[in-house]
Amino acid sequence: MAHETMTADAAVRLWNAEADEHDPISARTYGFWLYLMSDGLIFASLIAAYAVLDNKMSAFGHPMADTLLSASQGFVQTLVLLGAVLALSLGTLGLKTGARGGLALGLAVSAALGTVFVAQGLAGLDAMAAAGNGPTASAYLSCLFVLLFTHGLHLAIGVLWSLVMLVQIFRFGFTQDVVGRLLNLRLYTQFQAAVWVVVYLYVYLFGGAH
Amino acid sequence: MQPDLQGPWSPLLGRLSLAAIPYDNPILVGTFLVVSVVALALVGAVFYFGKLGYLWRNWLTTVDHKKIGVMYIILGLVMLLRGFFDGVMMRTQQLLADGPDSAGYMGAAHGYLPPHHFDQIYTAHGTLMLFFAATPLVAGFGNIIIPLQLGARDMAFPYLNAVSFWLTFAAAMLCMVSLFVGEFSNATWVGLMPLSEMSSNPGVGVDYWMWAFQISSLGTTFNSINMIATIVKMRAPGLTWFRLTPYCWSSLATNIIGLTAFPVVTVALTLLGFDRYFGTHFFTAGYGGNFMLYINLFWIWGHPEVYFLMLPAFGLFSEIVPTFSNKTLFGYPTMVAASFSIAGIGWVVWAHHFFTMGMGPNLNGYFSAATMIVGIPTGVKAFNWLFTMYRGKITFTSPMLWAMTGIVLLLIGGLTGMMLSASVVDYTVHDSLFVVAHFHCMVLVIGSALFAATIYWWPKVFGFKLDEKNAQIFFWVFVIASLLVFVPMFELGLAGVTRRLDYIYNAALKPLLWVTEVGIILYFVSLYYFVKMLVVSLLRREPAAADSWGTGRSLEWLTHTPVPFYNFAVTPEIHSREEAAWRRDRGLDTARPTEYVDIHMPSNTGVPFVLGVLSFVWGFALIWRIDWLVEITTLAMVVTVILRAFDKNEGYVIPAAQIARYEAKIATASVVADVADEAPAGALEV
Ligand code: HEM
Ligand SMILES: [Cu+2]
Repeated sequence: MAHETMTADAAVRLWNAEADEHDPISARTYGFWLYLMSDGLIFASLIAAYAVLDNKMSAFGHPMADTLLSASQGFVQTLVLLGAVLALSLGTLGLKTGARGGLALGLAVSAALGTVFVAQGLAGLDAMAAAGNGPTASAYLSCLFVLLFTHGLHLAIGVLWSLVMLVQIFRFGFTQDVVGRLLNLRLYTQFQAAVWVVVYLYVYLFGGAH
Repeated sequence: MQPDLQGPWSPLLGRLSLAAIPYDNPILVGTFLVVSVVALALVGAVFYFGKLGYLWRNWLTTVDHKKIGVMYIILGLVMLLRGFFDGVMMRTQQLLADGPDSAGYMGAAHGYLPPHHFDQIYTAHGTLMLFFAATPLVAGFGNIIIPLQLGARDMAFPYLNAVSFWLTFAAAMLCMVSLFVGEFSNATWVGLMPLSEMSSNPGVGVDYWMWAFQISSLGTTFNSINMIATIVKMRAPGLTWFRLTPYCWSSLATNIIGLTAFPVVTVALTLLGFDRYFGTHFFTAGYGGNFMLYINLFWIWGHPEVYFLMLPAFGLFSEIVPTFSNKTLFGYPTMVAASFSIAGIGWVVWAHHFFTMGMGPNLNGYFSAATMIVGIPTGVKAFNWLFTMYRGKITFTSPMLWAMTGIVLLLIGGLTGMMLSASVVDYTVHDSLFVVAHFHCMVLVIGSALFAATIYWWPKVFGFKLDEKNAQIFFWVFVIASLLVFVPMFELGLAGVTRRLDYIYNAALKPLLWVTEVGIILYFVSLYYFVKMLVVSLLRREPAAADSWGTGRSLEWLTHTPVPFYNFAVTPEIHSREEAAWRRDRGLDTARPTEYVDIHMPSNTGVPFVLGVLSFVWGFALIWRIDWLVEITTLAMVVTVILRAFDKNEGYVIPAAQIARYEAKIATASVVADVADEAPAGALEV
C-alpha cells in the first residue's frame, strides 16, 4: 500500500504499512543471545575470582584441585554433557521435518544426560565436603564450590526447561512460541557446554590431578 | 540458614521480632507517620474514586512502553525525594556537630544522629540515588523515547520490560521497608569489605542493601537486553544505522555497558551472599579470603556504571541542544564514535577508585593514563554541543537552560576528575569531600539532563506543556543551590575533610558548612517551585501541538501529542536522521496517512506485577532468614514463569477501522485526548 505525497521533485513515500510484519523469532533469538552474553560475563567473573583465589594462601592449608579433582573423572562428565548437547541438537533437526517423536526423544535424552551430569557434579562436591574440604574450609574451596555449583544450577534449569518443552511440543505443536523456545534452549545448552569446556580446561586440566 | 547467627531466630519468623521495629527513634517514627499517611491517602483515593480497576488494567498490568516509562520516572522522582532528605540529614548533622565536644541533641553524643544511624543514612543516600533515582529515571526516558524515535510499536520484549520495572520497584520497596523494619546497611553504598561481612555486620542492614541492589541489578540487566534488541531489531523502514538519533546511539552504547557490567556486580554480591548466608570465605579477613577481590569486581562494574548513567544524559543533550538552536547537531559521526569510545574506555579504568590500596607505581600509572584518555571523547562531545549552538538561533527555554548548565557542570566535574586521575594527586584527596564534590558535579550533569528531558518530552507524553515561568524559577534556584552545596565541598576536601564523617573536627571550617546548609535550604525552595510548576500546569492543561516546541527534529515529534497507545497510526518511512525537520523543510510535516491497516499489539498481563510482589517477599524473607517463606516464594516464581509459558498470549489486533476512528477523534479533540486510557479494554472489545 503506498501513501504518496507529491513534493516539488518527486513522490515521497511517507508511511509504510507493511513494516509491521517483523520476524519475532529472530528478535527473540537475538535477545536470548544477548542474555547469554550477560551469562558469559557471570562465568567470566567467577573464573576470574577463581584465578585470584587459586593460590596456597587462599587454600589456607586445605587441599586444592590437584588433590581434589581428577581430570579423567571430569572427562567422563564432559562426555556426558556433550552427549546431552548432541541429543538435543539432533532432536531439533525434527523441527525441519516436523518430526515430533524425534524431537521428544532428543529432549528426553538430553534431560536425562543433563541430570546425570548434575548428579555427578553434586556427588563430587559431596565427597569433598564429607572429607572436610567443604566450601567453608577455605576461600579457595569456597570459590571452587560456587563455580561448579553455579554451572550445575544452570544445567538443572536447562533440564527443567527441556521437560517443559517436552510437554509443550505435544500440547501446542510447533507453534512460533514453541519453536522460539526450542531454538533458545538449544543455544542455552550449547552455551553451558562451552562454559563447561572452559571450566574443565582451567580448573581440571590446569589444576587437577592427571 | 547459617548456624552461628547472632541474636534470636525462630523457624516461623526467622530473625524478625518486635525488637526490629525502631519505635524508640523519633525520626523514624515521624517518617513512618508521614509515609503511612501519604500511602493511606493514595490508597484511600484509589478506592474512593473507584479507580482500582482502572489502576490495575491501565497501569499495574500494562506492557505499554510509555506507561512503564512514566512509572519508572515516578518511582525515580519519589526516590530522589527520599535520597534528598537523607542528604539534608547528613548536612545538618555535620553543621550541628563541629568538633567532638560539641553539644548533642536527641541522645546523640554530638549533633543529633548517633554514628550508627548516620552511617545508615549515607549508605542509603548513595544506594537510593544511584539505583532507585538515577537508574529508573534514565530507564524511564529510554522506555518512552526510544521506541518512538525508532518508529516502533513497542519495545522488542514488552513483557520483559514490565518485569524489569516491577523488579526495580520491588527492590526500591525493600529499601523503604528497611526504614521501619530493622535497619539499613552502614557499610557505604560500595559495600566496604570486610566491613560488610557477617563478622563485622551481623545485623540485617547489609542484607537489605545486598538484596535490594541485587534485585534491581537484575531488572537493569533485563532492561539493557531489551533496549539493545529494540534498537537493533525494531527500526522503521528506511531507518539505517546512520539515521539513528544521537540519543538512540548513546542508549545503545549505554545498554551494552549495562549488559556487560551488571553481571559482574551480580557476581560480587552473590559471593558476598554466600559469605553471609553459608559461611564461605570469599572476602573474609581469615581463611584465605581476599577482600581486594570484592573491590575489583565492584569497580569493574562501578566505573562502567557511572557511564551507564552518563551516556544517556549526553544523548539527551544531543537531542535538546539542536532543537533549541534550530540547527542540526554538529559532528554527528564523532558524537557516535565518542559515545562508543567512552563506553569502551570506561571498562579499563576501574582501579582509579583505589589508587591508594598499594597496587604499585606500574598499575597506578596505567590506570592514571587510561582514565585521562576518557577526557578526549568527552571533550569532543562538549565541543560538538558548543558548535551546534554557535550561530544557531537559540531559544532560552528551560530545557535549553538545563542543557547548557549540564555542559558547564561537565566541565567542572571533568576537570576535577582529571585531577583525581593523577594517582599522585589522588593520594592526597582520596575519600575526601573533594571526591564527593567531583562526582556530585557529574551526577548533577545527569540531573540536568533529566530535568531538561522531563520538561522537553512532557507534552509528548501528557499532551500539555509544563509552566515555563515556574520551570525557570525552579531552574535558577536549583542551580544556585547546587553551587552553594558543592563548591564549598571542593574546598573542604582540599582542607582535608574526609567523607562520611559524623562530625567535623575543625571549627574553623564552620563557615563553609553554613554555606552548604544555605544551599540545602534553597533546594527546599526549588522543590516548592518544582511542585508548583507541576500543579499550575496540571490545572491549566493547554493542549500542545504534535511538534510541541515548533523546532523538534526527530521522529517522535511527528506523531500526535499525546502519543496514542499504538504510537504511529501507520509506521513511518524514514528519510533522514532528523525526520521531523526533514519533513518540515519539505512542507510534509502535517501529512497524515490516508489509509490504515490492522495493528497487532501485545496484551496486558498481570504476571510481571506478580513476579515483582513475589521477589519483594522473597527478598524480605531472605533478609530476615525466614527459610520456609524463601522456599515458597522461590517455588512460586518458578511456577509462575512456567505457567506463563503455557499462556498462549497472542496479543490482540486493532482493526484498521478502529484506528481510523481513533485518529479522527484525536484530530478533533480540544482537550487532552484520552485515547491512551481506552487502550487495552477498548481495543479488546472491538
Ligand atoms: C572525565 C571523566 C572522569 C574522570 C577522569 C573521573 C575520575 C575519577 C576518579 C579518579 C575517582 C576516584 C577518586 C577517589 O576515590 O579518590 C572518581 C570517583 C568518582 N567518580 Fe569520577 N571521573 C570521571 C567521570 C565521572 C562521571 C561521568 C561520573 C558519574 C556520572 C563519575 C562519578 C564518580 C563517582 C560516583 C566517584 C566516587 C565513587 C565513590 O568512591 O563513592 N565520574 N572519579
Ligand atoms: Cu571511576
